[in-house]
Amino acid sequence: MSDAGTMIREVLQANGRLPVSALSLRDDDDLYQNGLSSHASVNVMLALENAFDVEFPDVLLRRDTFKSVAAIREALESLGAEVESN
Amino acid sequence: MTSATQDFRLALIEAGLLVPGSATGVFHRSFTFEKVVRGIESYVSAAGSDVPRRQLMCSTLLDSSVLAKSDYVISFPNLIGVLTSFTRSEKDLPELVDRVESGGDWSEMMSPNGLALGGAACHHIYPSLAGCEVPRDGLLYEVQAACHRHEPSDDPARMQSFSMREFVFVGPEEGAIAHRELWLKRGTDLLEGLGLSLEIVPANDPFFGRAGKLMVASQREKAAKFELVAAITSEKPGAISSGNYHGVHFGEAFGISTSGGDVAHSSCFAFGLERITLALFHRHGLEVGAWPSQVRASLNLDV
Repeated sequence: MSDAGTMIREVLQANGRLPVSALSLRDDDDLYQNGLSSHASVNVMLALENAFDVEFPDVLLRRDTFKSVAAIREALESLGAEVESN
Repeated sequence: MTSATQDFRLALIEAGLLVPGSATGVFHRSFTFEKVVRGIESYVSAAGSDVPRRQLMCSTLLDSSVLAKSDYVISFPNLIGVLTSFTRSEKDLPELVDRVESGGDWSEMMSPNGLALGGAACHHIYPSLAGCEVPRDGLLYEVQAACHRHEPSDDPARMQSFSMREFVFVGPEEGAIAHRELWLKRGTDLLEGLGLSLEIVPANDPFFGRAGKLMVASQREKAAKFELVAAITSEKPGAISSGNYHGVHFGEAFGISTSGGDVAHSSCFAFGLERITLALFHRHGLEVGAWPSQVRASLNLDV
């Protein structure tokens, strides 16, 4: 099984409609500055829920939750998803 | 609907200003009501006449692909309206006739015909600029359209068919931000000039579902859209105008660029004409002749 960082990047690559390759993003790169739109962030959120079998509660439905790979990993960890640090 | 809204609705109907239409949320407006609407149109148009702009009365109809391109389908699937027609062959006609005559569901036999009802006046502008490069200083539009949003309610503040006059900017980022700021201030002054008490609040658009919660949070955190709220059909304030900076959302969706080759930014300021009219009746009473003379003069109601 691939690590969480890779899985998150793959979700971003498939759903984020980013003008850059999500696979080359660093953990702290700002996804919005790299072209993640609000609408695409919705697709990313739903795809993350599928990939990690979690549901983001209302309190996490904020722009900041999806601002970077690191922020997404932190949110997933807080939901008890199986996320190993790499 | 609160009892205050219910009372005001009945008063509007008794005064003949509104006549309930054949479906929930559909209202016919008296010519007196429309005279106020025309007055508001001219009043806000004059305020925007300091600079050249393209003025358009837009069609109500859009190609339904526009709704998908602009992400409106994803954001508000419950609010959109697409049109259907009978596109089958004649051999299916007997079944259609049968269903109509027996009171059955004939609408099942209709298919989407490619057209949709516009949900905002400015939505007609972006597709018209698809693939275009706008001039260095951007383009300014003053547009109006009859709009539809599917949110059936007896509250006249939530008509399913309503009209919107908008000032729209497409061009460089600074211009788009400045346009929204200018019109938030100007719109507030104009509406306060009609005796309305307003507040400017971050918008709370009814995006659909849980995904919608993220969209609203994002919209608020980016401070993208503001609404001017006032008492419309009760003391509970509702939006009568809004100023929205879209960033590159429409520029990207429709391939609109600036003369420098960047993706164009856009912003708009919208006047909800029926809601403003209702707010005026709520504020000044149902007898237009008894409105403050300055308001009557501003809206040219004495001729």
